[in-house]
Amino acid sequence: MTDTLSQTPDAPRKSASLHTQDARTKKRNAAEARFKFYGLTAIAIGLFFLVVLAVSIVRSGLPAFTQAVVNVEFTLTKEQFDDAESQLFKTKAYSGFFNAALVERLEASGIETEFDEKAVERILGKTGGTIREYFRENQGELGSPVAFSLATSSRVDGYLKGRVTRENMEDSRFLQRADLDLVDDLQAAGILKQAFNWNFITGADSGVDNPGGAGIGASVVGSFFMMLVVLFLSLPIGVAASIYLEEFAPQNRFTDLIEVNISNLAAVPSIVFGILGLAVFIQFMHLPQSAPLVGGLVLTLMTLPTIIISTRASLKAVPPSIRDAALGLGASKMQAVFHHVLPLAMPGILTGTIIGLAQALGETAPLLLIGMVGFVARGYPDGFVAGFTEPNSAMPAQIYTWAARADVGFYEKAWGGIIVLLLFLLTMNIIAIILRRRFERRW
Amino acid sequence: MNDMRQVERTVDTGQHKITAKNVQVHYGDTHAIKDVNVNIEDKTVTAFIGPSGCGKSTFLRCINRMNDTIDICRVTGDILIDGEDIYDKKVDPVQLRAKVGMVFQKPNPFPKSIYDNIAYGPRIHGLARNKAELDEIVEKSLRRGAIWDEVKDRLHAPGTGLSGGQQQRLCIARAVATEPEVLLMDEPCSALDPIATAQVEELIDELRRNYSVVIVTHSMQQAARVSQKTAFFHLGNLVEYGETGQIFTNPNDPRTESYITGRIG
Repeated sequence: MTDTLSQTPDAPRKSASLHTQDARTKKRNAAEARFKFYGLTAIAIGLFFLVVLAVSIVRSGLPAFTQAVVNVEFTLTKEQFDDAESQLFKTKAYSGFFNAALVERLEASGIETEFDEKAVERILGKTGGTIREYFRENQGELGSPVAFSLATSSRVDGYLKGRVTRENMEDSRFLQRADLDLVDDLQAAGILKQAFNWNFITGADSGVDNPGGAGIGASVVGSFFMMLVVLFLSLPIGVAASIYLEEFAPQNRFTDLIEVNISNLAAVPSIVFGILGLAVFIQFMHLPQSAPLVGGLVLTLMTLPTIIISTRASLKAVPPSIRDAALGLGASKMQAVFHHVLPLAMPGILTGTIIGLAQALGETAPLLLIGMVGFVARGYPDGFVAGFTEPNSAMPAQIYTWAARADVGFYEKAWGGIIVLLLFLLTMNIIAIILRRRFERRW
Repeated sequence: MNDMRQVERTVDTGQHKITAKNVQVHYGDTHAIKDVNVNIEDKTVTAFIGPSGCGKSTFLRCINRMNDTIDICRVTGDILIDGEDIYDKKVDPVQLRAKVGMVFQKPNPFPKSIYDNIAYGPRIHGLARNKAELDEIVEKSLRRGAIWDEVKDRLHAPGTGLSGGQQQRLCIARAVATEPEVLLMDEPCSALDPIATAQVEELIDELRRNYSVVIVTHSMQQAARVSQKTAFFHLGNLVEYGETGQIFTNPNDPRTESYITGRIG
């Protein structure tokens, strides 16, 4: 319109062929092609790093899900049991039974080997205690064959996974080079195998010198309790606050101030919320330390701005004509909001909430300050299921603890923990997408 | 523009349904409506015409207090419906809006089924005691909205799936479902094609039997076709108000004449 206006009507228009591109068009097309190329390059770089990250996480983390175990099946008769129970060193007697069975198995596979009890102890730990415990509790099993699956020490586990080699290891009270011959023999005989490490999924953290026994289960429970607290506090508070601010509150300086501060809160570093939680919840309100309740409260503070901002955005996105329609029919403001606006804003609210929860799930810094790191669980699993006020850890805090420990065995546990954490985050995001699809309506 | 309904226009019910006295509306610093006085009759179609931004929609929205939802809007003066001041402190706008229904410029059905669209108003006002009564109200309203035959087989299909004209008639049916006494229409045909417009206009003529209808329109032909009374607004003033035939053929004010003949607007 403006082009034709600027031309004088009687100036003859130069007519160019449509089959040749003029200089301007060429320049514009080149600029567009360049921009597309930049975009593609950016995406390619992003994808490349994503793949590198995923591969390195999986490669470093997968060994955490397996554990070298020794499977030995043997029969303990009633007489042997009574005999062992009457001795002074009871567990030593049980170890003897176990070692005898081990020799038997090795010979059956046609492998002649000599070993001392100490070597077995270095490989498998004190076997007698475990076996005695089992038979004392299951006396009915006496006389029939029982299969034992005993976890090896973390160094033997590392040897099988290639972390420990004959060259880089040193003889110590934990493992000696000579013991590795026995390990090789056991492996050749099919007694020593890699098995799925259920303990890693379900178990609790172990002591600093026992990476083999460490599990992420307890901290999954801790994270779960925290997420419950976050969900049940931040969703109603956040949604109620946003509905009030968006639909009911008058527009004035005070609400503007609140609005600005909510945006500011979303940008506050999480460690600040951590120290606030420490000061308010633990030191002032005397809530228990290291408890998922406190962790949940701190993460609620952190998640609230995210939920409020996303909820307000999705309420704003509902067309005003829907509000007008409801109000025009004589619905009260609250009826208009709850019958029409809120259902339409639901997909956005849920997505925002789940993304806020996912953010909270992966948060470590505030948990460091309220003491959800670096303790060894006691009384697992009974004490944990008990609830919100029992000391516990959370997944990212647990990963942080493992990564900070000296024993290299914990390194793979940290990576394994990251895989578990990422699986949870992935699941939450998928739920968010499904909910969004399901609730989405068009108008 | 020649009046085909000359006979109908002479029908005068003589009752004043809505009376506005010295109505002023301010949007912040803007003086949108300046001292409007008007008497709107019952069982009559009254058209508000005027150029864009002249305040006719604003005045329409004063009649059911939809302007209350806009923070910066301030209304002074009196608007009486059946002799009662609707801006009285005792009046609950929710009750008022049940009595004064509104149809908007853009069809705005709820993203729900056709049935639920109609049933929403009766439900929140408790007009139906049971499902059968509600069904009856829905059918009656859809018939009044002249859309029953088109949707009777798909009452549970989404209302947003209808065509533009059907959606607008659905909105009219939804507005009449709450048994209002006054029906306000804010450019109800501006988003519709000529066929749908003709259907809606026919419907408006039908509705006149039961309601006092106030319609804002940009189309002078439409005002001439559907209304008995016409009010011309200009720059926030009510310039002229009278019989439609007289406004369009022999206006008193030179501004009205200029607008109608296309010289201003």
